[in-house]
Amino acid sequence: MLEIRNLHATVNDVEILRGINLVVKPGEIHAIMGPNGSGKSTLAKVLAGHPSYVVTQGEILYNGRNLLELAPDERAREGVFLAFQYPIEIPGVSNASFLRLAYNQKRKHQGEEELDPLEFDDLLQEKIKIVEMDKAFINRSVNEGFSGGEKKRNEILQMAVLEPQLAILDETDSGLDIDALRIISNGVNQLHTDTNAFIMVTHYQRLLNYIQPDFVHVQMNGRLVKSGGKELALLLEEKGYDWIKDEEENRQTAASN
Amino acid sequence: MFPERSKEKSQYRDGFEVFLTAQANAPQWLASLRERAFAEFERLGFPTIANEEWKYTNIAPLAGQAFRRGSLEGVDLAQVRRQLRIYPEAERSRLVFINGVYVPEFSVIEGLPAGVVVTNLAEGLATRQEFLEANFATLADFENRAFTALNTAHANDGALIVIPRGKVVETPINLFFVTVASPIAQVSFPRVLIHAGEASIATVVENFLTLGETTPDTAPAFTCPVTEIRVGDGANLEHYKVQKESLRTFHIANTFADLHHTSVLNSNSISLGGQIARNRIAVAFKAEGGEMNAKGLYYATGKQLMDSRLEVDHAVPNCTSQLLYKGMLDDKARGVFNGKVFVRHDAQGTNAIQTNKNLLLSQTARIDTKPQLEIFADDVKCGHGATVGQLSQDELFYLLSRGIETQAARNLLTYAFAHELVEHIKIESLKEELDRTISSRISSTEHGFE
Repeated sequence: MLEIRNLHATVNDVEILRGINLVVKPGEIHAIMGPNGSGKSTLAKVLAGHPSYVVTQGEILYNGRNLLELAPDERAREGVFLAFQYPIEIPGVSNASFLRLAYNQKRKHQGEEELDPLEFDDLLQEKIKIVEMDKAFINRSVNEGFSGGEKKRNEILQMAVLEPQLAILDETDSGLDIDALRIISNGVNQLHTDTNAFIMVTHYQRLLNYIQPDFVHVQMNGRLVKSGGKELALLLEEKGYDWIKDEEENRQTAASN
Repeated sequence: MFPERSKEKSQYRDGFEVFLTAQANAPQWLASLRERAFAEFERLGFPTIANEEWKYTNIAPLAGQAFRRGSLEGVDLAQVRRQLRIYPEAERSRLVFINGVYVPEFSVIEGLPAGVVVTNLAEGLATRQEFLEANFATLADFENRAFTALNTAHANDGALIVIPRGKVVETPINLFFVTVASPIAQVSFPRVLIHAGEASIATVVENFLTLGETTPDTAPAFTCPVTEIRVGDGANLEHYKVQKESLRTFHIANTFADLHHTSVLNSNSISLGGQIARNRIAVAFKAEGGEMNAKGLYYATGKQLMDSRLEVDHAVPNCTSQLLYKGMLDDKARGVFNGKVFVRHDAQGTNAIQTNKNLLLSQTARIDTKPQLEIFADDVKCGHGATVGQLSQDELFYLLSRGIETQAARNLLTYAFAHELVEHIKIESLKEELDRTISSRISSTEHGFE
């Protein structure tokens, strides 16, 4: 589904990604972990097409197509979804009309009939159950005055409505209390099928107690330096990142000798 | 490039003399007021950009145009009635003026409680002479103000609104100033006098609009309104001014308000139309405890020029003024904002905040904004700020990342910017109508029409 080859990217002319390689297949859940400043969020934003991030080298194939050629909105309509670390507030635009607009643009793209507000409301009523959200949220302005946890739940609601093929969760667990974390994890687990895939960018191991990844990658200095199964996450929880840093430094020293 | 001053004057002088002759029966005080006002206008002439207050608003196209006093001549009233959209809240409480002339058959005031005076000014001059002699033009000082002087010299029709002491008027009082598009250049001088009596509560809506299609043959129109508002002790007045005139219109409006002890004025201005539209509001606090909340939205596209000017005089202690004006400027439109908050020496305990936010939607749009604060008292809480920006990249990206196309995403964010100033409108169908007008204008790709 997704193949990232030797991806390099800069922001404000500073190289943040320095050769990422990653293959994601349908049905898989990948976790990307790493210390602050390792470029995890940059990878998430590059995948979604944020204009501030410039790809300088490498390629990303998505379902066999060059993802980098697609504008951010085209990527989304093709099934790429980014759950934001800091969701944006849009005063004056109700959640319902925002979601319906996004949903219908995708339907239109797929050559399907658009839903009218009533039909869409039925769909939305089903979807909000997934994130255990109060129905009142539907008619509130997008994220306006939402707490941190409510914003993250709203991200998952959007994901539930848009049913992406590839969902990237950027630090979705940060700043959440245990209840919100449980709700969001339940949501993700319900939405996970064997035809879609998830990339979870996270700093902490605790999210992975709720969502079981198939692969765990450690990102450092703009590269994925170590990959493994979910046991790697437990190791990181126990030992921190320093041992990998040491390993990486040794490897680099060996390589340059 | 500028027409000769003398030519401008003579053009208005002829019209003025004709008007005076027609108004031969006017009471002496009014006739002499008109003479004085006209003399002041002639002394001043139209302001040019050399005048600091008009630095960014060049009205040469207006000054160079000859206008005839608006009339009902050649107006198909039946057609006007069909085209004029009266929102439900105005169904039983409105005065309608066409080309500056009061039209009694379109006006209804049966929905208003007894004791409330809502009448055409000309009628008021006949029936409430004493009141008018004591109050007319007492707030709208025309010295050094060409347009206020011009209006005062010519005004005959308009609204006289008197809310008696303690009266709570739930139904909004609606004024419709309609210009009918015409091949003849016409000018109208709407004049409004609002007296909110002690502890009264009322809402007044001034609607300015053009009916009839603008074609290449349509002549320019000129609307020159003056509104005087006296908010009595403990009174609460909600004032709306909605301007949706055609792109062939020059709209130069002056509103004057006096706020008395613990009174509240909520001023809401929505400016969408006009080729050049200037809206000036001058507020003076007359006694302690007054509160003024001024909210304004201006949305200019094509080659429109919109100028908002607020002057707040904190002459007495313990009053509050809050100004929030937002502008959206697209295409080659220009905006001007000038907020002047003056806190005098004795005005301790003043609370004054003014904010002006602008959204530039094209590379060629422009805004000149100048929020000013002059403070001569020391125990005050004041703040002012202005922002000029474009749609935020991060906000745009958020919408794009949900699969919303670029144009739709831009439109949605532009709408969200305006929404704050439409949302608080308490007249539900007026709010919905404005919401629709603004949304459809945002999504219209033909911004530069005309």
